[in-house]
Amino acid sequence: MVEKSESMNIVIAGHVDHGKSTVIGRLLADTGSLPEGKLEQVRETCRRNSRPFEYAFLLDALKDEQAQGITIDSARVFFKTEKRHYIIMDAPGHIEFLKNMVTGASHAEAALLVIDANEGVQENSRRHGYMISMLGIRQIVVLVNKMDLVDYKQEVFDSIVAEYTEFLDGIDVKAKAFIPVSGTEGDTIAALTDKIPWYSGQTVLESLDNFKKEPPPVDKPFRMPVQDVYKFTQSGDQRRIVAGTVDTGSVKIGDEVVFYPSGKRSTVQSLERFNSPTPDDFSAGQAASLTLDQQIYIARGQLAARADQPAPSVSKRLRVNLFWMGKQPMVQGKDYLLKVGAVKEPVQIEEIISVMDASDLSSGQKKNTVEYHDVAEVVLTCRHAIAFDTVDVVPSTGRFVIVDDYEIRGGGIIREPLADEQQQMRQQVMQRNRNWAVSAISREKRWERYNQKATMIMVTGKGNVGKKTLARSIEQLLFGEGKLVYFMGIANVLYGVDADIKKPGTDQTHRPEHLRRLGEVANILLDAGIILVITAIGLTQKELEIIQNVVDSDLIEPIWLGDDPTDIEALHVPNLEDLDGTLDTVKQLLQNKGVIFKL
Amino acid sequence: MDHLDQLENLSIHILRESYANFKDSCMLWSIGKDSTVMLWLARKAFLGHVPFPLVHIDTNYKIPEMIEYRDRLTAKWHLDMVYGQNKEALKRKQTYPDGAVDRLTCCKNLKTEALKHTLSGQWPRYRFNHVLGSYEVDKNTEPYTGVIVGARADEEGSRSKERYFSPRDRQNEWDIAEQPPEFWNQFKTDFAPGTHVRVHPLLDWTELNIWEYIERENIPTVSLYYDQGDGKRYRSLGCYPCTTPIDSTAKNHAEIIDELRSGQLANIAERSGRAQDKEDGGGLETLRREGYM
Repeated sequence: MVEKSESMNIVIAGHVDHGKSTVIGRLLADTGSLPEGKLEQVRETCRRNSRPFEYAFLLDALKDEQAQGITIDSARVFFKTEKRHYIIMDAPGHIEFLKNMVTGASHAEAALLVIDANEGVQENSRRHGYMISMLGIRQIVVLVNKMDLVDYKQEVFDSIVAEYTEFLDGIDVKAKAFIPVSGTEGDTIAALTDKIPWYSGQTVLESLDNFKKEPPPVDKPFRMPVQDVYKFTQSGDQRRIVAGTVDTGSVKIGDEVVFYPSGKRSTVQSLERFNSPTPDDFSAGQAASLTLDQQIYIARGQLAARADQPAPSVSKRLRVNLFWMGKQPMVQGKDYLLKVGAVKEPVQIEEIISVMDASDLSSGQKKNTVEYHDVAEVVLTCRHAIAFDTVDVVPSTGRFVIVDDYEIRGGGIIREPLADEQQQMRQQVMQRNRNWAVSAISREKRWERYNQKATMIMVTGKGNVGKKTLARSIEQLLFGEGKLVYFMGIANVLYGVDADIKKPGTDQTHRPEHLRRLGEVANILLDAGIILVITAIGLTQKELEIIQNVVDSDLIEPIWLGDDPTDIEALHVPNLEDLDGTLDTVKQLLQNKGVIFKL
Repeated sequence: MDHLDQLENLSIHILRESYANFKDSCMLWSIGKDSTVMLWLARKAFLGHVPFPLVHIDTNYKIPEMIEYRDRLTAKWHLDMVYGQNKEALKRKQTYPDGAVDRLTCCKNLKTEALKHTLSGQWPRYRFNHVLGSYEVDKNTEPYTGVIVGARADEEGSRSKERYFSPRDRQNEWDIAEQPPEFWNQFKTDFAPGTHVRVHPLLDWTELNIWEYIERENIPTVSLYYDQGDGKRYRSLGCYPCTTPIDSTAKNHAEIIDELRSGQLANIAERSGRAQDKEDGGGLETLRREGYM
């Protein structure tokens, strides 16, 4: 009897109608894994619909499916052997349901790929093989099914083995075994039968038990995407808890950790748990909670790494392989969302290097779009730099999905970080954060005392639209409400901190440096807890990004004044005809963003 | 890490993703063993706190011990407890126990409709006031956009097709054929206005895992699950007119686990004591599409 033993997720994939569900149904029946109610229920449904009972129906528990006769989703099937528990995910073979196949396969540690002996290698036999390897599954066993339909001929089996091996070689995958089976007849599923006398290898059941459990990746560098930072002060809990699931490596009390891309660092003060003793460490696979000894400000999306281990990459530009599951093609010049770990970042395709036809994997097509079910090599550009690893170094932080119109429509793996124009500036900021003398008074404590969240209100727009008037009015308004607020005139910085560089005017070459320095001054004032009101002429998205690199980007509230078009995401104020009304709008924005409280 | 640890860690990860992405979320607490394990996992994820309301749909036909147990834990763990009810159907006696409708319609009236309108905020929500120690009408009528549910894939057919993060449209309906992909622990957390999501942290758990975890963590469960001396206990909890106890002498966690692993229940479907399932043909699909849990 299996007690609290190990468990393994297996995906079963292959072309439509090649018999995946039948193989699983037979596995369940032959190992006595069916709950009585289930079998009766399915037989009853078959009887009611006047259809002969098939093993495949066991899995097709939904009425819809039985009507259509195809598995529309990755159904989970639980079963066990002497060795371990299995969760088998039955991935649909119909091309329309590739996204369901991916869903099933991504949780798997090993794969069974089913090929119909009668039909041979088909489009999805190849496509699923490729996707399984891209999803990171290394253990694959190929079942050549429906051997009964080809009179159990060894030549048929051998030629499929040869053809599919050649294909797998091309994508750098090696199958652990090829097994001739018949799901309907039960050959080689749980036992060898004399109908296939020429085969003496492992049965399907044995091949499952022969899959190796891969140990959690504790030997890789520590990576933990920050999911959240919790503070339940209202419930009387003063702990400030950094929460996240450890992807790789491990962390313990006293370890110095660095958060990327900000480069902020601190030391682990405690490992937290509810209703369990404090662990010695948190390691790969564990949902961790820790506190830090310095009150640095970090938020969801930062990637935690250990200072004594290799750092992750930080860049805006990435070379990746991706697969696309959207009916609308993926195109250049359109904004998508990239999700890596806990990061969600606007992204565009900068260049499509090549598109591969996943059905026959002929590569190297030059296309302008990535279409439904294409696999492509592309360069992505994020709006802001993100932290990640290349997939060969740390697989989990080297994988991403692409969101389009609220839906996950693509996924892929990161091959290489590419240089971007803000690299040098980011290095400086990381250097600064590394050496930042952190006050013993936390940011939250300061905010609590001042009754406000430190924020940079950036009023921008074309010349002569009244930026200063608005900025000064906002300062007056907030000051009148008792806030710690400061209007920082740009000249205050230009002729002091910037005294050594050429003033802007017709010459814009030094503008990035001016903005960087403005950001650095603002950063100090924000750290002191102040609400800043700043004006800047005609700020573009790229320039805003410079400031976002220097200042915590969630502390910036841009306001665009004037009816000119802009590419920045900001509160739009067309004019100052109704100044009181505008101030009300600004106040509401600040309340909604939690900068000041609603009264 | 053993299997229970793996399940626990993934569930915590999912709960934290849900909390980070949906500020107007709630957790459905049916008082049964599954959602009580889920509540416990939330306390683990948030280090002893439960930072969202727990919602219970009170059909008025729940076994009385369930309500007592609910309110006891609410006070003890300081839970933000909210319940909803189809007062109208109860007043007009549109229920199965009243003999007015069949079981499925009764489920639809007292559970599905009550749930739908409680989640949307259209019907009154009753919230536990910890100072007064009683329920009062909740002022918050904002819809809950993230609803955390304790469904398990192994319960019955339709539940094995769910995602961890499963979208529902404005009418609460579930489009089974058009489910989002979910891979590498990246979930659908982006939603068009007006839609909402059901989050399923327990999808990979089996009934046996649930009991093993209850035993390991010593989670308080309602006494109805255990034989009180009459040789009967409930395996699955619901309304008393439609739920029957099973013959069993299991008096504690360990005995229930034995029964599930190798004893008399090893091969009997869990919801065999739930009458409404049988009326819905091949599973609970009709009910679930309309928003049943």
